[in-house]
Amino acid sequence: MNIAVLQFPASNCDQDCIHAARLLGHHARLVWHKDNSLGAADAVIIPGGFSYGDYLRCGAIARLSPVMQAVRLFADQGGLVLGICNGFQILCEAGLLPGALVRNRSLQFRCEQVFLKTVSRGSPFTSKIPAEGILRIPIAHGDGCYFADPSTLETLRSRNQILWQYCTARGDVSDLANPNGSVANIAGICNEARNVAGLMPHPDRACEPLLGGIDGRRIFDSMSEAIRAKAA
Amino acid sequence: MHWLRTGPCSPGGRGAMTPRNGFTMKATVTITPKRAVLDPQGQAVQNALEHMGYTGIGAVHVGKFLEIELIGNEPAEIRQKLDDACRRFLSNPVIEDYRLEIQ
Repeated sequence: MNIAVLQFPASNCDQDCIHAARLLGHHARLVWHKDNSLGAADAVIIPGGFSYGDYLRCGAIARLSPVMQAVRLFADQGGLVLGICNGFQILCEAGLLPGALVRNRSLQFRCEQVFLKTVSRGSPFTSKIPAEGILRIPIAHGDGCYFADPSTLETLRSRNQILWQYCTARGDVSDLANPNGSVANIAGICNEARNVAGLMPHPDRACEPLLGGIDGRRIFDSMSEAIRAKAA
Repeated sequence: MHWLRTGPCSPGGRGAMTPRNGFTMKATVTITPKRAVLDPQGQAVQNALEHMGYTGIGAVHVGKFLEIELIGNEPAEIRQKLDDACRRFLSNPVIEDYRLEIQ
């Protein structure tokens, strides 16, 4: 898989994504936010960080960068786009994903391992996650509380756009397992066409045993499989 | 966008003329979280106020306040453009309400 990883001023997980992708045998390169083109790419990753210092709102200024026009075009043509943490916030601000992310319920920056239940395996980002398998992936954010109004939430549910929910180690989706106050324990969603996804947890930081887990690989493996299937 | 500038307002304030560009005006934008959105900052401030002994507080909502200095000849046009900017950029309609005032 040939991955374009976007780089904004104050992105800070861009190299994590490059490292994880190369570790898993993929090609990955950085694309500067002022570039108008993504070049040849199978997938785009919008990495975590604090683009533009989180000024005004997280992701609000980054979504105006020239490269986001190219991302929108890429997504419109069916290309896979994954937003991680700040990348998720940017995709919501850009309107490529519904809803928004606001300050954590606790007002604390939460940096810890969380457990994720995969709600829908019918997407290019979740197909290789074993059924009933609970992912253990770290979070690191202060503004990860997902909000969508009731009608948007109903649409997300009815179209199986909720991909991951925070859960306990045993898979119970409970308020105790919710690290930030997200509505319906939502950790990640996809768009209606299922080719654009965002999540607050960091699969890029869960791809090698040294970092405490390899569950993040399942998400990259899913994307890789989807691209292979598309090419075949 | 000639109607937005970053420099200071002229001392003349409202209605002051600049030689070539028209009137100077100031817009204020007040942005508050929608009532349906969790507002833990507002809650924390309310708790602190009550802890200090200030009673009778129903709710506190913490938002943002922007001052925008403007130059232009067409107040109606400026308002329309700023209203557009509030909806498209300065606020996020999914989670926030805004109030725009031009002086």
